[in-house]
Amino acid sequence: MIDFKNVSKTFRLGKREVHAVNNVSLTVNEGEIFGVIGFSGAGKSTLLRLVNLLERPTTGTVYIQNIDVNSLSSKELRARRQNIGMIFQNFNLFNSRTVAGNIAYPLKLTGLSKQGIKNRVEELLRFVGLSDKANDFPNQLSGGQKQRVGIARALATSPDILICDEATSALDPETTAEILKLLKKVNKDLGITILLITHEMHVIQSICHKVAVMENGEVIESGDVFDVFTNPQHLTTQRFIQSVQQDLPSVNILNEWRLRGGKKLFRVIFKGDITNDAVLSQVTQKHQVHFNIVYGSVRELQEKLFGNLLISFEGNQDAIQNTLDELKTIVDIEEVVQHEG
Amino acid sequence: MKVDWTTFWPRIVESTGETVVMVIATLVFGSILGIAIGLLLFVTREKNILENKLVFQVLNILINIIRPIPFIIFLVAISQLTRLVIGTTIGTAAAIFPMTIVASFSIARVVENNLVSIDPGVIEAAQAMGASPLRIIFTVLIPEALGPLILGLTFITVSLIDFSAVAGTVGGGGLGHVAMTYGYQRFDGSVMLVTVIILIILVQLAQWLGNTLSRKFMRR
Ligand SMILES: Nc1ncnc2c1ncn2[C@@H]1O[C@H](COP(=O)(O)OP(=O)(O)OP(=O)(O)O)[C@@H](O)[C@H]1O
Ligand SMILES: [Mg+2]
Repeated sequence: MIDFKNVSKTFRLGKREVHAVNNVSLTVNEGEIFGVIGFSGAGKSTLLRLVNLLERPTTGTVYIQNIDVNSLSSKELRARRQNIGMIFQNFNLFNSRTVAGNIAYPLKLTGLSKQGIKNRVEELLRFVGLSDKANDFPNQLSGGQKQRVGIARALATSPDILICDEATSALDPETTAEILKLLKKVNKDLGITILLITHEMHVIQSICHKVAVMENGEVIESGDVFDVFTNPQHLTTQRFIQSVQQDLPSVNILNEWRLRGGKKLFRVIFKGDITNDAVLSQVTQKHQVHFNIVYGSVRELQEKLFGNLLISFEGNQDAIQNTLDELKTIVDIEEVVQHEG
Repeated sequence: MKVDWTTFWPRIVESTGETVVMVIATLVFGSILGIAIGLLLFVTREKNILENKLVFQVLNILINIIRPIPFIIFLVAISQLTRLVIGTTIGTAAAIFPMTIVASFSIARVVENNLVSIDPGVIEAAQAMGASPLRIIFTVLIPEALGPLILGLTFITVSLIDFSAVAGTVGGGGLGHVAMTYGYQRFDGSVMLVTVIILIILVQLAQWLGNTLSRKFMRR
């Protein structure tokens, strides 16, 4: 649906060059919720704005449905933009227009009849749950309500793509959850492909299918959310994941454990169906080794279970080694070394 | 020689009318020109929807040249041009011409300043929806800036009342002319007082109207 092929965007600030987006290649498939995460200044907004050409690529090509967007005439581009809804961190509503007026704006651009606009606006207001606010002005709404208007406005022309620039970053946790639920509904019920950017891992965790991690303009890691969460390669990715699921006790507790002569710690990662079996107790019993769960969690990710435990073993050294060898064929297990955490 | 107030009132009413006509006509023509120039100035700015360095610089410099000239000097300086365009340098019409020029450039700045204060994100949202630059000008820029714009125009109107009095002293009609010929040259304090009071009332009226109107459109 959206293809970035070796896309770079360089800004020139006087003599200095800023490589906001650096040789990025990504594919967003139809029907996906694709999340891009990165720290401030990583180039996420710039990447997003390349999709509807609010920013033109310096090199490389952005394809939407296999059409190079940069090759469109300004008229074709405007038509294409009507098919890409966009929502913003600061909502960017027209303050001079009512809620209904804001939602009607993109419809007027399409030349829809007055009655057609009216019906569509009512339908959208119902979809985002704001039917009673039609005649209010944006300054009379809460942040969450404003974003609902933003979403209704972005969906007005029934676009096939929705791009979201930090759609929930200005909202409190409860409102964020509501808006995320709404975005999920947009994706599921309307089949709209969503490309969103965020600096909050829980946004990725709760609604995205795919994720790309950006740093210094580059995509350093990408893939299925489940795979990236359960097997992060890059340190930055690991840090983002730790922001939503602490998978290691604090350094203090670890040191204390070691000072008190604690045993070697191993991290065991269970994915998917394996969490249903009594793997640990079966294998340890077989080798006559005891295990002790020091820390850990089992959680749901993308409707699959994901367990992450820190354990230590007690028993004969050889037996422990055999246990480890056997466990390695079933789950991910590795020793926790000092510098981690 | 003092004026005879029983016969002088009609004169006052007539000049008040002239002043009001001068101010309103200038406001109408000046707004049309000034809003056009101000919009052009804004959209041709760097990184804006119709970025154009040449147009921006030419307009910017023109405004910066005209605006600092004291009105009374400007009035006299362009009197040849006024004669060419209007046919005379005396009377209400001859005052409206230079007032319109000066007002246009002042209004252009007011318009530009108010447009600059619109959140660029809102303009970007319209762009992202596929709105053309012209459409953005008329359906986003003007409505979004309307409230403060009216306040700005009110401020200009008040200074136009001032300008009209200045124009009156050098051949234009209106209250300025009356104050000058009767109040100043014939030392008639009562005429001076009456014209001053009427000018104050006009200013108050303009300010009240502007405040009321702008409040209707303020949505921030
Ligand atoms: N119009 C611009 N002109 C010059 N530099 C820019 C421009 N837009 C972005 N940049 C620079 O490009 C880099 C990436 O910016 P971008 O806004 O894409 O980051 P971001 O990941 O969205 O950050 P944040 O989370 O803070 O929004 C930054 O260093 C920024 O200063
Ligand atoms: Mg950003």
